[in-house]
Amino acid sequence: MFFKLNPTTGQPLYLQLMQQIRHAAETGALQDGEQLPGIRTLAEELVVSPNTVAKAYSELEHEGILELRQGSGAFLTLKRRTRSLTDHVQVARRRLRELIEQLREHGLMDEEIRRAFEAELLYPAEVVRK
Amino acid sequence: MRNTPVILTHDLTKSYGTVMAVHGLNLSVEPNRITAFLGQNGAGKSTTIKMLLGMIRPTCGEGTVLGKRIANAEENREMRRKVAYVAENKPLYSYMTVEQTVRFASSFYSDWRADVATKLLSEYRLPNKRKVKSLSKGMRTKLALLLAFARRPELLILDEPSEGLDPVGIEHLLQTLVAQSADGVSIFFSSHQIAEVERVADHVCILDNGRLLVNASLDRLLQSYRRIDLAFRFPPPEQEFRIAGVERIRISGNALSILASMNAEAVVERAHDLNAVSVEVAPVGLRDIFLETVKEN
Repeated sequence: MFFKLNPTTGQPLYLQLMQQIRHAAETGALQDGEQLPGIRTLAEELVVSPNTVAKAYSELEHEGILELRQGSGAFLTLKRRTRSLTDHVQVARRRLRELIEQLREHGLMDEEIRRAFEAELLYPAEVVRK
Repeated sequence: MRNTPVILTHDLTKSYGTVMAVHGLNLSVEPNRITAFLGQNGAGKSTTIKMLLGMIRPTCGEGTVLGKRIANAEENREMRRKVAYVAENKPLYSYMTVEQTVRFASSFYSDWRADVATKLLSEYRLPNKRKVKSLSKGMRTKLALLLAFARRPELLILDEPSEGLDPVGIEHLLQTLVAQSADGVSIFFSSHQIAEVERVADHVCILDNGRLLVNASLDRLLQSYRRIDLAFRFPPPEQEFRIAGVERIRISGNALSILASMNAEAVVERAHDLNAVSVEVAPVGLRDIFLETVKEN
């Protein structure tokens, strides 16, 4: 697996790493039970603080995507819950594709659609959580 | 493993006549982390580091390094055994060869790791038989760094370690910092290079004009700072956005650009209430956070 972190985007590196591992799991690039590099190995490879890798791994363990085994490393665990999440993502992608097609038919440019999405994404998140 | 701060200062101050080099510094550096001490040239970084190591006397205030008081000569000696320090000007004996320098240094430290020294000598491609005085600036820096990295200190204090290094040298340096951190060494390094800080630092302290302006985890900084660009159908109601966390507001026609250090959600909510026709929220990199913080000061 190759990960590529970009420090200048303003997005914390541990979040970038989490997203890339999650994405690799969703697409099947990483398989159930597959072992990820150790914290030290990956930190040296990516030239990031070991705490960055440790934080990403520990958050992913919390989400149930990784299992950390004392002394032997991190393993991908696609439990049923994770698999159904993967399915949800696939369904969501299809629905988004349909919605975007409709918006395009209404004459919206891709740039305008993107802005509208980003604006809405930040706004209601707090409300949904409550 | 230590769980108290490796560096702690209270009101640490150094003045030269009427010039305040360091002003009431309250610094707290946590163990098992890479902490970057970020500031422009002349911000007071080297003065602070020299006070921490007991090399210059504070005008007032106090501090501890690894729990040892910096102003106490006896405690200072104990502390220096567990701290590896690389000075800004990388002082070395120019008449010695690389090999002699390494052997000389190794005789002073009980925590010396000969295997690491050998490994770094070949990684850094340092010519063993060459005299220090004939080394390039970059090679001198590498040699000075090697002398610190070949020990197993509790704390590494590096003053502008990347100064004079080419891109390959900087890459080696950052890799070594990461490896040292994985070995459990706490690292405190000063720098004015955003690009290296944002890659390896866990924690960022921003010093400007002798004052500590930011002391926060890099992740937390990046997660709380946001740039919010708004557009209205009428001249923007700027006053409505002067709320806590909003650092700067710029206006151009019907567009408003806001930099927030926190509370971005509240700004967006207000924008919706005021019928903004476009709301864009973007993360802000360390470069902009640094430039903005320094400008405000």
